[in-house]
Amino acid sequence: MSFIGIEDVSLRYGGADGTLAVQDCTLAIERGEFVALVGPSGCGKSTLLKMVSGLELPSAGSVYLDGHEVAGPQHGIGIAFQNATLLPWRTTLDNVLLPLEVSREYRASFRRNRAEHVERARGLLRTVGLDEFREHAPYQLSGGMQQRANLCRALIHEPDLLLLDEPFAALDAFTREELWGVLQQLFMDRRFTVILVTHDLRESVYLADTVHVVSKRPGRIVKSRRIELPRPRTLEMTFEPGFVDIVHELRDAISEIRAS
Amino acid sequence: MTDATKQRLAPWIATAALFLVWELACRVFGVPEFILPTPSASFAALFEFFDAVMFNASFTLWVTLVGFAIAVVFGLALGVLVGASALTYAALYPILIGFNAIPKVAIVPILVIWFGIGAVPAILTAFLISFFPIVVNVATGIATLEPELKDVLRSLGARPMDILLKVGLPRSMPYFFASLKVAVTLAFVGSIISETIAGNRGIGYLMMQASSSFRVPLVFAGLIVVAVMGVGMYAVFAYIERRMTGWAFRGQA
Repeated sequence: MSFIGIEDVSLRYGGADGTLAVQDCTLAIERGEFVALVGPSGCGKSTLLKMVSGLELPSAGSVYLDGHEVAGPQHGIGIAFQNATLLPWRTTLDNVLLPLEVSREYRASFRRNRAEHVERARGLLRTVGLDEFREHAPYQLSGGMQQRANLCRALIHEPDLLLLDEPFAALDAFTREELWGVLQQLFMDRRFTVILVTHDLRESVYLADTVHVVSKRPGRIVKSRRIELPRPRTLEMTFEPGFVDIVHELRDAISEIRAS
Repeated sequence: MTDATKQRLAPWIATAALFLVWELACRVFGVPEFILPTPSASFAALFEFFDAVMFNASFTLWVTLVGFAIAVVFGLALGVLVGASALTYAALYPILIGFNAIPKVAIVPILVIWFGIGAVPAILTAFLISFFPIVVNVATGIATLEPELKDVLRSLGARPMDILLKVGLPRSMPYFFASLKVAVTLAFVGSIISETIAGNRGIGYLMMQASSSFRVPLVFAGLIVVAVMGVGMYAVFAYIERRMTGWAFRGQA
């Protein structure tokens, strides 16, 4: 059985006459797999993500996570959104530590093991190049740095599953490409499972093992493409024919959806 | 003169200019003292009756601060309750708006029937008039929490109480402290209304006594003292606001 199983899932917002966001969607994700969901905007990609985390429950069908059916908010998942939502009254380090203060697994022992947790947070911040900014307030960080801290916050409790909802969409192109490298490094070091929602096709091909194309609303998976490129992938690779061909193939699939 | 010095001096100069224009207008147009006394006559009255003014002003200050303190505790608690749950928000908000729309002048006679003349009606009026902005601001601060952040915390297994304590409350603090500045000046309005209608002490009572014996400069002296106390308390809470929630002012602090 897969790590995550989405089976014939539909979700309708706002009662029987509401909008059908996702319809008869089926998807399997293996443990340690990096999956990207791409598709036109408003196609239900984010809704799928929320159903995996249990923040939304499907109207029909089932979602399985690690062998259990998802019936409510799951614990110990890492989530990061486009908006970094760091708490402005906490330093970068304290923002990264927040999950340990509230998560069921760590909260009881947080104070006792604080030194150890701080060390772990600093390790993460070092990986993303933010250790020297740990005592800075969020507003003193650039957008890219805030998003790095956001990634650290999503990973500090060592989740098995990381859900990313267009985390780099608000960044400039250079910063975005830099963070692809940061995320790939974290993924290769730790091998958690990732679901990344994005509408940047280069981003999806650079990062993912499998790219799933979602149809326009109501969302379904219309195409799945394995990306067999070796890791670590580099920015130079994104200009090579093999990479560009995959991007074109995905682009054609999305153009077809938009035209239909 | 640097821009910073100009900024610091500007309020003093504007206030002095206001008194100057007032003084000149009264003299040029020969306004009689029992209609509008000059500021100099008002200050003269203030010094003539200094002891009485200070005695009554300190009573008003005390009554106002007690009422305000109750408003802070009650407003914070009710604000958390209203902000933390959509249900209590829906249930209580119309009542709060309706209550706030009632002129507090109309309530004073009722308070006098219940508690008699004295400090209690003034304290309660100060409380009733000043808790509303605190409730609204705290509730707004908590209710406008970013949904993404709530999702991040919920998927960690955070309990609603954690979200409230770690994020909702700290987040509402700038709103809370901003409301205190408004609320404390409103509290003065409340206590003085009560003293004016049914008091036996306080600056409002003093002004009523003065106006019934046509000592209009003394009435204005009372008004000036009230205004100074209001500005003073505003400054105190503006300072506390900066100290407590400096993060919300970012680079300006």
